[in-house]
Formats: sequence, structure tokens, C-alpha cells
Amino acid sequence: MKKVLSIVMALLLVGAVFAGCAPATDDGGSEENVIRIGVFEPLTGDSASGGKKELLGIQYANAETPTVTLGDVEYKVEVVYSDNGSTTDKAPSAAATLVDKEVAIVLGSYGSGVSMAASDTFNQAGLAALGITCTNPNVTKGNDHYFRICFLDPFQGSVLANFAMDKCGAKKAYLLGELGNEYDQGLLTFFEQTFTAAGGEVIKADFPTNTADFTQYLNTAKAEGCDVIFTPVSIAYATQIVSQAARLEIGLPILGSDTLDDNKVLEAAKGTDTELYVSTFYQEGGSVEFDEGIKNYINTNADAKTANGGDDTISAVTAMGYDAYYVALEAIKAAGSADPAAVKAALPAVKYVGVSGDIAFDEIGDAIRDTAYIKTVDTEAGVWMLETVQKAN
Amino acid sequence: MNDLNKKNSLKSTIIVIACVLAFWGLLLLIENFNLIVPGGPKLFNPTSKLFMVLRKVIVYCLIAVSMNLLNGFTGLFSLGHAGFMLFGAYTFAILTTPVSLKVPADGIFYKYGGSVVHFSLQEAFQAIFGTSPAGERISLILGVLVALIISGAVAAVFAYLIGLPVLRLKSDYLAIATLGFAEIIRTIFQCEVIQLPGGGELVLGKLTNGANMIKGFPTLNSFNIIGENGKTALYLSTVVPAIIVTACIAIIVLLINSTYGRSFKAIRDDEIAAEAMGINLAKHKILSFCVSAFFAGVGGALYAMFATTYQAKPFTSVLTYEILLIVVIGGIGSVTGSCIGSFLYIACSEWWLRFLDEPMFIGNFQVPLLKDGFRMVVFSVVIMIVVLFFRKGIMGTKELPDLFKKKKNKTKGKVNSNAG
Amino acid sequence: MITTLLTGISVGGQYALIAIGYTMVYGILRLINFAHGDVFMVSGMMLIWFVSSTPITIAVPLIIVVTVVLGFLIERAAYLPLRNAPRMSAMISAIGVSYLLQNVITYLTGGQPMTYPTIPLLAKTVGIFGTKQTMATIVTLPMVIVLVISLSFLINHTKVGMAMRAVSKDFETSRLMGIKINNVISVTFIIGSALAAVGSVLYFSNYSKIVAVSGALPGLKAFVAAVFGGIGSIPGAVIGAFIIGICENLIKATPYSVFSDAFTFAILVVVLIFRPTGIFGEKTVDKV
Repeated sequence: MKKVLSIVMALLLVGAVFAGCAPATDDGGSEENVIRIGVFEPLTGDSASGGKKELLGIQYANAETPTVTLGDVEYKVEVVYSDNGSTTDKAPSAAATLVDKEVAIVLGSYGSGVSMAASDTFNQAGLAALGITCTNPNVTKGNDHYFRICFLDPFQGSVLANFAMDKCGAKKAYLLGELGNEYDQGLLTFFEQTFTAAGGEVIKADFPTNTADFTQYLNTAKAEGCDVIFTPVSIAYATQIVSQAARLEIGLPILGSDTLDDNKVLEAAKGTDTELYVSTFYQEGGSVEFDEGIKNYINTNADAKTANGGDDTISAVTAMGYDAYYVALEAIKAAGSADPAAVKAALPAVKYVGVSGDIAFDEIGDAIRDTAYIKTVDTEAGVWMLETVQKAN
Repeated sequence: MNDLNKKNSLKSTIIVIACVLAFWGLLLLIENFNLIVPGGPKLFNPTSKLFMVLRKVIVYCLIAVSMNLLNGFTGLFSLGHAGFMLFGAYTFAILTTPVSLKVPADGIFYKYGGSVVHFSLQEAFQAIFGTSPAGERISLILGVLVALIISGAVAAVFAYLIGLPVLRLKSDYLAIATLGFAEIIRTIFQCEVIQLPGGGELVLGKLTNGANMIKGFPTLNSFNIIGENGKTALYLSTVVPAIIVTACIAIIVLLINSTYGRSFKAIRDDEIAAEAMGINLAKHKILSFCVSAFFAGVGGALYAMFATTYQAKPFTSVLTYEILLIVVIGGIGSVTGSCIGSFLYIACSEWWLRFLDEPMFIGNFQVPLLKDGFRMVVFSVVIMIVVLFFRKGIMGTKELPDLFKKKKNKTKGKVNSNAG
Repeated sequence: MITTLLTGISVGGQYALIAIGYTMVYGILRLINFAHGDVFMVSGMMLIWFVSSTPITIAVPLIIVVTVVLGFLIERAAYLPLRNAPRMSAMISAIGVSYLLQNVITYLTGGQPMTYPTIPLLAKTVGIFGTKQTMATIVTLPMVIVLVISLSFLINHTKVGMAMRAVSKDFETSRLMGIKINNVISVTFIIGSALAAVGSVLYFSNYSKIVAVSGALPGLKAFVAAVFGGIGSIPGAVIGAFIIGICENLIKATPYSVFSDAFTFAILVVVLIFRPTGIFGEKTVDKV
């Protein structure tokens, strides 16, 4: 019995050491004149690829502008991040990690579900959160602390539906999403609304989480005589769907949302004859200065290159992360301090011209954006090409 | 002799109750520490990691103990807990989300043009108690309590229906069948529309909101008392769930110590012998299954309150394995073990080891290996060590008070032998 | 319809290769080896890493060897010390290993989906019954049949096989009869892992992307197949796997595709209710 007790004591002791250790590392940066910006991103799990690219943009922006001057004092800006593991059940405690580090504002997350799950934690702590690419309408609705700099899913869904009609001449679309994923299902609904309102017809299918075999779905799409496949899924599924469609020679254009704008998807489409269109926030070439800077940053930093998936293709989420950092700095400047409440009060009035376009917030806290870029893949060279720029009507 | 035992058990009961009360008091005190003494340690901020972890631990304690009742005390190897939690959480969320959020067509049920449930419990109670601050408070507490009980009951009813066929299976077959049911339940909750064979449609989304989150229902923070200046006057967001969970665990402990509990243990130790002793196997198994599901349902509802939003996606078999790990690490057949296991498991994975995810510098030297994901690697190694070296878990089948009792006996023994 | 059936058979074959590993281990140790699906995933991941430095003709045999070593090491490190512990402990250890493997792979890959190398022989598409199929799909069925026949030969006509049958019948008595239990168990794990490695080559050649949780779903399905067929029985596992593979694909072709996984479990539950030890499972007799 003593043995057991001693083990318990030992474990508790080890725990206490860790507990003592963790705040110690947090306090390491709490010297004067430091402002911390919290980054809430998925760095593991199914959205890790996107979360890392978004973080990369923020880190690059931080390397470019590591200080901010408030009054006459120069403050060092420190980016602290916390991994929400792409799951809503880990999100609240990941958010609390940032709250503990006394950040001035939170950026993120990639993925609307985790953002909503953490929303209340930020609210309780009086923090403003700035969503970068969480496109679901419910993130900012009904609260006054969540803002975002990207467009929304109803807009994206209708843009893609119109594009499917106009460009692909589609009359019948196959909608494929992950069962129980709020992002996928939301976009599918908005696409369906616009598409059927314009006289189109849809067939909808959901696949269970962790599915790897899409053969049956793709064959069904072809057999049912669909003209286009719309599949706004996570990166891991998108790569599977694109490569399997190519292998099966389905021959239907595939339409995707902002999640598919990723170099892993590009890699899957490279060397095949897939016709792939994705809607996104930024197209390489939008700002030459940013493009060169970030490419240089990625190519000179091994960790950054790994995070970007091993090459220097610029993802739209990286550009958005970059813009988000500067919007946060603007808010801190406007507030004149790093006090979360002041930053929160200053954020709605911030206006900023970013590499992805002009950023300003409406009364809900959403960015006023009416532009989506539609990209397609040059399958021989393996690069993205701008197909068209769609504006809201 | 008998008298002495009775006296002793009364004494230990009083000690246990005193400890529980002291624990509640301590929670209440530290959560409000910074209200009483402004500028106290950051750790005691109610928004800090400490309380986030504590709240989750408290909820997990109940879920782990309910699983222990089934797996540890009755010997029924069931992996259906995620499914029971789903029933509880969805029932709770559907019953308590305010009408203003769920009924309008552009509310959180926007995809389905509003929910089919046109009431919420706490608002129904407001009709009785009025909308004065006190009335609202009573309505909230009553609404939440009633919703919790209904959540558990719904989970228990479904457990009964599942249990009728499934409990005829033994050991691993039972495990895989319950795991299967949990997956089926999750699919149904995530599903939006079921095409009926007759050509009609069953829009489940109008009830469950399909893939979308349900949010806006009362959360643990709703228990906090807001003062007149709009600031929180008293934090209760950790104490209240602690009280609810302790009450539930107390009921489970009473059950375990009753005749039913002894029958459960007999079934666990030897089914055939138990049956020979006249224990009705089917009846006791289904009782244990339903009670466990009831508290898993309540636990699921509390989990929803903790998480503030609710969605079926994370409730996979992985979650069940997580709870099973907690139960085994704590000790199969030990209630306090499950609680200690919950604490160590959650604190390790979500708090103490988090620093491993970030690059660390000692001077100019960057500590190698540290990057995102490393925390989980270390954590799984720790789990393996615990599993391999503490086969019976931290507590075995002992309870926390047993440790002290034994120690006392031993010292008594020593004194006696010395005297001898 | 033909495509559906062909895909079903191919998927079933891949499940079968994993299911044999589950069923053999269960037959001998009465242990649900939850880590088996993850061994399968790690095997696929390792091929990606080996291909970057060695030609594919060497890499494929090499990963079979490495997977076998991994399976052997897992057994020695995580299951051997728990041989006399309660059964639940060994199973928890399996869950722990599964956790560990997934987390290590997540850490190493940074959570990015990795692209499986194309194996020229398997990636070729050929026309069969008027549909396009990869060689991997077509090769699966004959391969499973050959492997199962050689495996039954091994079990029924060799000394090791006899020892395996003896151990699965009665652990204690076979030990008394002088069988080196630990060696027999190691052989079981080695065979299971080798089949998982072969399965992973076929499976990932078809689906081409691997993430850390890629092993979870095929692992679970294969396990269900093993239970369905009567856990402990090799022909049972193979037939169970084919039934599940085909049913799943038939469901996916209907409007109820959402329920393809749920349906798999539903038929499992139905089968278990009517035949509590699976289709080919032996009736257990309780010894009093």
C-alpha cells in the first residue's frame, strides 16, 4: 500500500514540477514592453496543413514588423500560439492557454467549428478574436467579440454555384461533403440554394469521417450524369478525392472551396488531366512585394518550408494570416495600449489595406468583402492559375 | 465488535462528508480569490487554465465513474459511452437552448428553418417564477436540473433498448457490439435528412441541427452571479458542477454498496456462481447498463455545458477509449481511482505537457525535438509506462479512504508487536 | 453494378489481410490488438520514407521486413510484460500503443497528408468488364486467396502451426507440453504484421494519401470483419471481410451512403445476436 501511495505522491510531485515549469516558461517573456498576440490554430489533426500555413503568414509578418510604437514607447510584439488539434473538444482548453498568456488579441482559427467552440472562452476573458479564414456565418453572429477578415460561406457558396453554371455549364451537380462537418455541410447548403434557385439539380452525398475510398461516390457522380462535382472538404479528403477522380478517369470538373487551395491538393492534381477550380482569398501575384518576401522567408527557413508542405507555393491562407497580423497591429495602435478591452473596442473601426484587399468590418464583425478569386490548376506545371475574379452581384 | 464497526463506518462517513464539503469550499474560495483579494495570483483567475482543466476533470469524473460501474464493478465490457453521452448532451442542448435562438429561421437552426422544439425548460419555468433576477435564477437552476435528469433518462431508455439484445453477448463481443451502437447513434445525430422508403423525408436536422453546432444553451458560466454593475459578483462555475457531480457519484457509490452492488460484483467475479446463488443475471446486467448510461447521459450534458457548444463530431470511439484509459489508469473497480485518473489524464494532456509543443530556448540553445505534436508523443509514452508498470492502475480496487485505514491498522499492528 | 462489386471485392480483400492479423492474435492471446490498424498505417508511411532513398523494388520487401520487426517489438515491449495481468490491461496497452503510433506519425509528418509512391505495376489501370480498374484492385483477390491457402497450410501442416493450434486451444496445457509460448506468439505477430504490410501496399496504392489516422477506419472495419466471421477463425475473417467490403460498397451506391459505416455495425450486431460467436466461431462452453 505504501508503494501505491508513494507512486501517487511521486506522480503528483512530477505534476507539480510540470505545473511549476509551465507558468515559468510563460513568464519568461513578461518583461516590460512586450505585447503578445495569441494565435489559435490547428497544428495537428485534419486541418493541420491549413493551420500551419496560416500561422506561417503571421510569423512572417511578425518577422517583418516585430515591433509596434505606442506613444513614444516601442513594444516588442511576440506571437504565442496554441494548438487546438482541429477538434472542438480540445478547443476550449487550447483557448484558455492563450488567455493565461495574457495576449492582447487572438487571431484564428482555421476552421469555423473550433473557432465557435473557443468563442465563449475568449468572451469570458474579455478578449477580441479575429478570425482569419473561418467562413461560417455563425462565428461572428450574435456576439461582439469575434471578428473576421474573410468572406462568408453564403457568398462563397453562391459564387461557386454561379461559376458552376456559367463556366462549366452545369445543370446537375454532385455535392460531396464529410458527414457532421459544419463547414462542409454549410457550404453545400449555400451552394445548393443558389444552384437550385437558378434551375439546377443536385445530388447530395455525405461520407463518414476517416473515409479513404471515394471510388463509389465518384462513380455514382458519373453514373448519375452530373456535370460537376462540388466538394468543399478538408485537405486530407480533398487530396484523396482529386487523385482518385484522376485515376478513375471520372472526367468531371471538380469544384472546391478555400480549403482546397493548398499545395497538397495541387500536388495531387499535378500530372493528371483533372479540371479543378477552387475559390479563394488571394492569388499569387496580387502583391509582388509580399510574394517575393514570403518566398524568400520560406526558402531560407527550413521549418517554414516544412510547414508550407515542402515547397514555396503561396497559399491564400498565408496571405490572410499576414493581413490579420497587421489588422491586429492597427487595432493595438488605435487602442494605444495592449489592454484587451481597449483593443476589443478599437477593432471594429480599424480599416486596413492588405495584400488580399481592403479590410473593414460591418456591424456584425464580418469583413466587408465582395471579391472571390477562382483558381484552376495548370496540371502540367503544377501551379495555380487565376481563372476569374468573382464579385458579389 | 459489531457496534465498533458501525461506529467506525459512521466515523469514516462523517470524515468523507467533511472532506467533500472542504473540497467544495476550497473550490469556491480559490475561484473567487481574486474577487476577494484583487491582484492575487494569475493562476486563480476564473478564466485561467487551472479552472478550465478543473471543470473538465469534474465532468470527466462522472463519466469515468459511470463507465467504471459497468466495466469495473459489473464486469460488462462496454464501449458505448460516447453514444450515451451523445444522447444526454443532445437532449440537454435541445431542451435548454433559448427559443429566441432556435426557433427563428435565421437562428442557429438556419439550415432547417428553425427547430421543431418550441420551448426551453428554463423559459418555461420563468413563466411560473417570473422574470425578476431571482425568478430567472430559480428558473435557470430548475431548468438545468430538470434537463440534466431528462438527459440521463433519455440515455437510460435507449440503453435499455440497446441492452435487451446486446447484453446477451459476452466480453469482447459485447464490447464490439456496443462500440457499433455508439457509431450508429453518432451517424444518426449527424445525419440531416433520412429518405424514407415510401418516398417521404425525415428531416432529423430540425431536431438535432445536423452537422451544425447547437449553442447558446446555459453553460457552466451561467451559474455565475452577476452583480448590479454588470460584473461577476460571485463565481460558481466550478463549484456547481462539482456539487452536481459529487451528488451523482454519491448515488453510484450508494448503489455499489447496496445489495444490487454486491450482486454486480458477484456477476463480475463469476457469472455462473452468481447465477447459482440466485442472482437474476439479465435483470442486474440491464440495471447496471441503464444506470451507467443514465449518468453517462448526465455527464454528456454537463460536458456540453462545459464545452459551450455542441456537435456530434468529436464523439467517436476515440473518446470512449480515452475514458476507458482513465478508468484503467485510475484502477478498474475504484471510484476514487477514476477521479484521480481523470485529473491526471486531463491535466497532463491539456495543461502540464503543453510547453512541449513550443520551441524552447535555454540561452541560445534550442532544445531539440520540441515542436507541435511532441506533447502527445510524450503523453502517450507516459500512458504506456503507467499501463505497463502499474497493471492494476493507480488505485487498484482500493478507494482513497482505504489507504489511510490500512496505514492506521499497520501502525496499530506495529505498536502491538512492540508491546508484545 | 460491376464496378461496385469489383470495388467491394478489392476493399474486402484489403480488410481480409488486416483481419487475419486481428483474428490470429485473438485466437491465441484473447487480445483485441487495437494497434494492428496503426501498424498497417506505419507500414504505409515507411514506404514513403524508404522510397526517397531506395528503388521501389527493394523498398517494398524492405517495409515488409521492417513492419514484421515493428510487430515483433510491439509484442515484446507492450504485451509480453502483461501476459499474466488481467485481460483488460493488455487491451489498454494495445490502445496505448495505437495512441503512441498515431502521435509519433503526426509529430513526424506534422499532420500533413503524405503522398504514397506509385508502384508502376500496381498503379496501371486496365479495362475489365468495361470499367477502369487499377491493377491493385484486380490483384487483391488472387493475392488474398494465395496467402490464405499458404497460411492454412502453415497452420495445419507445420510444427509451428500445430503449436499455434495447441496454444489457442489451451494456453496452460500447451505450456506444460513444452511448447515455447512466447515464440509461438511472436510468430503469430510476425505473420499478422507481414500480412498487414502486404495489405498496406495494396490499400495505399489505391488511395494514395496517408495521414496519421489512416489506419483507424480500415483497422476497425477489419476487426468488425474478424468478429463477424467468428474471431479466431481465419476463413471466417476472410469471408467476413469480403461480406463487409461488398455490403459497404453496395450501400455507398444508394441514397443511404451516409449509413455505410453504421450499416456495417448494424449487420454485425444482427449477426452477433443470432450467432453470438460469429458465423464460423466456435461455441464457447463455460467450464464451471
